[in-house]
Amino acid sequence: MKVRVKFKKTGMMKFIGHLDVMRYFQKANRRAGIDIGYSGGFSPHQLLSFASPLGLGLTSEGEYLDMELNSFEGSEAMRARLNGCMTEGMEIVSCRLLPDEAKTAMSIVAAADYLVFPRKGEEWDGWQEDLEGFLDQGSILIVKKTKKSEKETDIRPLVYQWERRDPGTFLKLACGSAENLKPELLLEAFYEKMGREWSPYRFHIHRLELYAAEGESGWISLEEMGKEQP
Amino acid sequence: MDLEKLERILLQVQKPGRYIGGELNSVVKDPSQVDIRFCMCFPDVYEIGMSHLGIQILYDMFNRREDTWCERVYSPWTDMDELMRKEGLPLFTLESRTPVKEMDFLGITIQYEMCYTNILQILDLSGIPLKARERGGDCPIVIGGGPCTYNPEPIAEFFDLFYIGEGETQYDALLDLYKEVRSSGGSRNAFLERAAEIPGIYVPAFYDVEYREDGTIRSMTPNNPHAPEKVVKQIVTDMTEVSYPEKPLVPFLKVTQDRVVLEIQRGCTRGCRFCQAGMVYRPARERDIEDLKEYAAKLLENTGHDEISLSSLSSSDYSHLKELVYFLIDRFRCKDVNISLPSLRIDAFSLDVMSRVQDVKKSSLTFAPEAGSQRMRDVINKGLTEEDILTGAAEAFKGGWNKVKLYFMLGLPTETEEDIRGIASLANEVAKVYYDTVPKEKRQGRVQVNSSTSFFIPKPFTPFQWASMFTREEYLEKAHMVNDAMKSQLNHKSLRYNWHDADTSVLEGVLARGDRRVGAVILEAYRRGCLYDSWSECFDSRKWMEAFQSQGVDIGFYNLRERSLDEIFPWDFIDAGVTKEFLKREWERAEKETVTPNCRAQCQGCGARKFGGGVCFEGQS
Repeated sequence: MKVRVKFKKTGMMKFIGHLDVMRYFQKANRRAGIDIGYSGGFSPHQLLSFASPLGLGLTSEGEYLDMELNSFEGSEAMRARLNGCMTEGMEIVSCRLLPDEAKTAMSIVAAADYLVFPRKGEEWDGWQEDLEGFLDQGSILIVKKTKKSEKETDIRPLVYQWERRDPGTFLKLACGSAENLKPELLLEAFYEKMGREWSPYRFHIHRLELYAAEGESGWISLEEMGKEQP
Repeated sequence: MDLEKLERILLQVQKPGRYIGGELNSVVKDPSQVDIRFCMCFPDVYEIGMSHLGIQILYDMFNRREDTWCERVYSPWTDMDELMRKEGLPLFTLESRTPVKEMDFLGITIQYEMCYTNILQILDLSGIPLKARERGGDCPIVIGGGPCTYNPEPIAEFFDLFYIGEGETQYDALLDLYKEVRSSGGSRNAFLERAAEIPGIYVPAFYDVEYREDGTIRSMTPNNPHAPEKVVKQIVTDMTEVSYPEKPLVPFLKVTQDRVVLEIQRGCTRGCRFCQAGMVYRPARERDIEDLKEYAAKLLENTGHDEISLSSLSSSDYSHLKELVYFLIDRFRCKDVNISLPSLRIDAFSLDVMSRVQDVKKSSLTFAPEAGSQRMRDVINKGLTEEDILTGAAEAFKGGWNKVKLYFMLGLPTETEEDIRGIASLANEVAKVYYDTVPKEKRQGRVQVNSSTSFFIPKPFTPFQWASMFTREEYLEKAHMVNDAMKSQLNHKSLRYNWHDADTSVLEGVLARGDRRVGAVILEAYRRGCLYDSWSECFDSRKWMEAFQSQGVDIGFYNLRERSLDEIFPWDFIDAGVTKEFLKREWERAEKETVTPNCRAQCQGCGARKFGGGVCFEGQS
């Protein structure tokens, strides 16, 4: 059976990269005695997959990972058991049962919410208005460099929504295998526009939630796609 | 600690996870509830340091004391080093982010000579004066431990004291003493004087060294009545009596040794004449098989690791190895736990085990003949014959393996061109066995025989401590000789060969057998920017050579001279158990190409019996 785990990654854990978080959960599952399925072969690996890797330095309260379990003891029991094995900065929010035919989070994730604001000492007068003016443009062209070529792309269509939200700005951005916009990239373009030098430590970037597309133009959080199972 | 500043720095370095602490099973205590703050340091990058079993043992042992909080620090990588200096961020402990300088103790484990400049980096970034005599009451007591302390002299001036031997034995006494001296208002020096009276503790400042005109040592004498003439190595005599960390730290980052490590024994009975570990960890002592089974289960449960490995010298000699390995396979293999085997003697048992825990097609078989000819192997007392190797290889090839690794040393005492070329012919013979054993239709491509050589470095407390080394050019000549010989072998297409860097070996030779005068070179090399010398991408031989020159220290004196039997060595003040008489006897037997049986076959009276335990008393009640 498939279970979707939602977790928070905060504090110093933001310095632990995606691959290490994956290894972290493999060990946590063993410690917690989660009855997870394994692939075959000489070096079997746990059947788990993450929705969307979070960049180094970002915090989040909406991370997802899907697990293929042999047996499931119920949402609350599993949540408590995993939380008993977490280190500081990692917290399980929910463990929800998915329909058998459900696609993996990785394949359906389409958007992500972020809250962004400058670190202490990095803000300037009117930074928020500046950012809003930047997002208000009809197009935001950036140059994407690959090994072979340089290509100009418009990332503005990948910004689905934004609004002022204390202490900074709320952003809903494309996220997933089809369309993807990293908030770091957007902020870098913003800094360039402002004639300021970008560096990963200028802004706090906090991920709030991940969504799949629903209906014509709606979103459903990955969590809502599963059911709490007593 | 300025957290904003730290975060800003961490967002600019590679792998910031190296510096954040908070790992599973790390220990956090209330500083107001402890008397002693201890910082344990492995002077290399996090991924290396976190893989070290010794620190896990001591971390656990110290933190069991209610009055002590042991934290950790590792060498900041060069990018972090640069930013810390630029931003004025002092080196801090991982657990509480307290400046290292505020600790009561800084304990540094010294596992290899090439980390010496990293020790200076640790002190420097902490704001602790590099030389012990310049430290005041506001500095931690800087302690050195580990294998390199069997000749601590090149780094003697940087340490307040050295702990010679295994940490489980005297640390409680040392910490208790610290509390006692401090509560009675005693000075730093008063503590060091009392510490010098604890067996195994060496306070370098309490000894004077005089040299002869030829540069050798005339005498080394205590200059303080509290310092003993000989410092006796401390060891655990009964392995069942010492604790083992049941909740080892589990790093977030992928470290070198990312698995449960089970120490099955200490010491070795073999007596290979080049091997320092085999001599200084005598006598061999086994852990109890039932204890090990219990630990294995607990450790896997408490860490969530999916792999377990056994740690010891010459694991095949552990008397319950078969029982232990089969237990691990039966009990844990079904839980998808990988069992990683140490280098075992290749025989029916080890091949059976390997075929169960490894993918035969992907794994390779390792032999360590150490030398290419039987004559040379007799000189070094490596009791592995060509027949052993070829029979083992034949069995393995029948079992489906087709990759073999061979490890050798070059520059061994008495070595001839024939011995050197013998490396290539042995590799060729192994390849030949494959083609003789495996019929054409069953072959999966060509057999791969990968040979590698390191240059032999004589170490203190071994029978080869008197041996001379070679110049960089001579070493390279030897390696090229092997390389040419490989190319002229019949099966040369199946043979691959690589050799270690010669510059590193020359330097390691000086640091291994150097005296106090080498300290100035280490300091100068560090000032010139040397750091992470064990990392080929960082090692800068030219800077080291300049440091030698500027300090007027001659490499030839340490490396190219064959020492006379009556020379006083810098490390002679240490009583490591094995006596100089025994080592001389072995040196002479080596020159006569005479092998010496292992401890279990026949006691050689090496001196280690006086510790009152281990293999020396096996079978006696």
